[in-house]
Amino acid sequence: MPLTGKVAIVDLTKGEITKISIPEKLRRLYLGGRGLQAYLIYNHLKPGADPLSPDNVLVVSAGVLTGAMAPAAARTQWGGKSPITGAIASSNMGGYFGPELKFAGFEHLVIKGASKKPVYLWVNDGEIEIRDASHLWGKDTFETQQMIREEYGDEDIKIACIGIAGENLVKLANFRTGPKDAAGRTGTGCIAGSKKLKAIAVRGRLGLRPAHPQRALEYSKEAFDKIMMTKVAKAMGVDGTSFIWNVTNSSGLLEWMNGQTNRFPFGDWHDMTIERFHEEYSLGVAACFNCSVHCRHQFRLKEGPRAGEFGEGPEYNTQTAFGTFGLNNWEDMLQGWHLANVYGIDTTGWCNAVRGVMELYQRGIIDKKVTGGLDLSWSNAKEITPKLMELTAKNEGIGAIIGQGPLGIISEFSKYSDKVGYYIQHCKGLGKLGNVDRVQPSFSLGIATSTRGADHLRSRPALDHYNLPEDVLEKLYGGKVSGDYTSYEGKARMVRWHELTYAVVDCVGTCKFQTVFFSPHLPAYEEWSKYLLYNTGLEFTTEELFEIGERVYTLEKMINYREAGHARKDDYPPERSFKEGHKYGLEPVKGRHLDRKKYDKMLDEYYELHGWDNNGVPAPETLKKLELAKEPSHIV
Amino acid sequence: MQKVITVDYEKCTGCRLCETVCSLYNEGVINSELSRIKMIRWEWDGLQIPTLCQQCDVAACMAVCPKDAIYRDKELGCMKIDYRKCIGCKLCMHYCPFGAISYNFEKKRVMKCELCGGDPMCVKFCETKALQYVDVSVAALPKKRDLAEKVLMEVSASEAP
Repeated sequence: MPLTGKVAIVDLTKGEITKISIPEKLRRLYLGGRGLQAYLIYNHLKPGADPLSPDNVLVVSAGVLTGAMAPAAARTQWGGKSPITGAIASSNMGGYFGPELKFAGFEHLVIKGASKKPVYLWVNDGEIEIRDASHLWGKDTFETQQMIREEYGDEDIKIACIGIAGENLVKLANFRTGPKDAAGRTGTGCIAGSKKLKAIAVRGRLGLRPAHPQRALEYSKEAFDKIMMTKVAKAMGVDGTSFIWNVTNSSGLLEWMNGQTNRFPFGDWHDMTIERFHEEYSLGVAACFNCSVHCRHQFRLKEGPRAGEFGEGPEYNTQTAFGTFGLNNWEDMLQGWHLANVYGIDTTGWCNAVRGVMELYQRGIIDKKVTGGLDLSWSNAKEITPKLMELTAKNEGIGAIIGQGPLGIISEFSKYSDKVGYYIQHCKGLGKLGNVDRVQPSFSLGIATSTRGADHLRSRPALDHYNLPEDVLEKLYGGKVSGDYTSYEGKARMVRWHELTYAVVDCVGTCKFQTVFFSPHLPAYEEWSKYLLYNTGLEFTTEELFEIGERVYTLEKMINYREAGHARKDDYPPERSFKEGHKYGLEPVKGRHLDRKKYDKMLDEYYELHGWDNNGVPAPETLKKLELAKEPSHIV
Repeated sequence: MQKVITVDYEKCTGCRLCETVCSLYNEGVINSELSRIKMIRWEWDGLQIPTLCQQCDVAACMAVCPKDAIYRDKELGCMKIDYRKCIGCKLCMHYCPFGAISYNFEKKRVMKCELCGGDPMCVKFCETKALQYVDVSVAALPKKRDLAEKVLMEVSASEAP
């Protein structure tokens, strides 16, 4: 049954494992997944800890419904204190790892301390062992998974692991599972490397017992049918997230060359479209656990030293990440993507860092003496990508600077120019994606206020682009919201609503792509209430779930305030978004950039809605209302 | 006429919903080990194939059962287990050429696909229609059509100027 999933406290220093049941009180306050994880981080992380010290924690959390009878109940949330930002580490991945963790009897693993020698965790039917990983150290993320399966002779073992980037304490290192999925952002792999934790292997035959099996089956069938009726589910099933790339590209909503232009500057963009991928690379699409949408592209590389190797999952974000610094065709993008995956490096963060450094090179702020002889011109992207990726994974040369992410790059290179900070595009130290958000106040606000640093997955208010009538928006958001995506009016309300909603879905453990993230016709609170009732037997009203979202988001804000002193000053988009407009694209896009005065007013409204003070710090009465005033309460 | 579950491997996305709903419907638990349909996966080649009972006409499971506990359901045409007679010797499991009979370690007895009483859950939830429940007389039609299309293409290619 989902409610019997335990919390395991794994102390790698002492070699001790403690298993604790989750009290219903915490379940009702934090639900599970990202919510309970925020609680566990706030309670188990030693305040002010160095992210690379044994005092940091790595928390692995399945959602309350991960593995249960609900559409796309596949997600696993990873967290701790980020070595990149010094604030909360938080990253969510799909695949099959989380469900297997649940089937093995666990919902959260709180990994503390540090081992002296490489280890991996063997989680098997209610038991956890800390095992020697000397033979796995130095192996890539694909080899590691294969070796563990061979060791036990069981192909159904699910493994999450780090690559050599995590071993070498590269801050941009991630934790990965299968050929595709990654807890990519905020440096989860680096935390694991500092603890000498190579992998977590799970195998579960305990299963989950829904409270109402027949109703869970019947209601899920209804939900699947409803999901598959939407246009977006059909488009995702063919093109994956790339289904929006052509539109954003032609609208001038993609940023190239680190945000210097919004028109493709690298020749012919037709070689990067999803249509071209289908023609030349697609081997079909695969799905995550319990998912009817199946958005994972499969491919084999055709050229280069790794020609013939199989990979999964290039996304919209692969096109925008690798494309924005000059890889203008699928073979080059896929090679970059694949290398990042085998080394265990976050593609979004790495590409952000590389394009920032390339602009510094373009402007003469750094030269070949600094880059170790590498020519970092945009036109040279294809040649330098494998070398830069390798240097990053090995934490050597220019790669050792790129691998630190935005704050490391700024601190290393500011001696050459005081403009470095302007060219490195980040919020709270986490690198920004290659999207134009400066024309759209809602997107900008959400990316800047995101508790994990620059990121669209915390709040992306996609509906802002749909030209919905204002009465529809008012009904959804509970207040007046402008239907014009360039307007500031009501956008604070919109962003906050999406932040809370996505926090709830990350607690539930189903896929964000099957929510209002893509379409108002996809599941929301009412559906989640039913999934929860039929699987766990617990009743949650829409209002209660919404309040859980508020609690989780505010607690993440508290973690950031405690650990990094994050406040209002850290909730702004990069300076460039206020100063430079773009030349091309749709009429409303041309020349538009953010207005600081209006942004400030929007930020004031945003804080007020959240119940945070004017400096962006949660107010005492809000903490009281959300039952956060006594945290850390150390119940678990 | 008898209906059978057909598998189109190329349409399978590996989502494992078939296993989830099979074990939930038949055993009240989500556990792929207690599912009668089993996904075999080659993760590093991107291949997955669901395997299940073929409801053989000459059924090894029935032939080998020392207690005549396996019988054919007259209405559905599938092989069923009479648990009043079954002694749990597992001979059927060992002799099934497809490994389609497995052991329920919770209930301590063998189990196999019995078509969910005529509305197989795996088929019902299979969004890509990789699994279909069709009349045995037309089960092979899609393959015949594939072959015919290939022939047609070769013919038209050879006739091209």
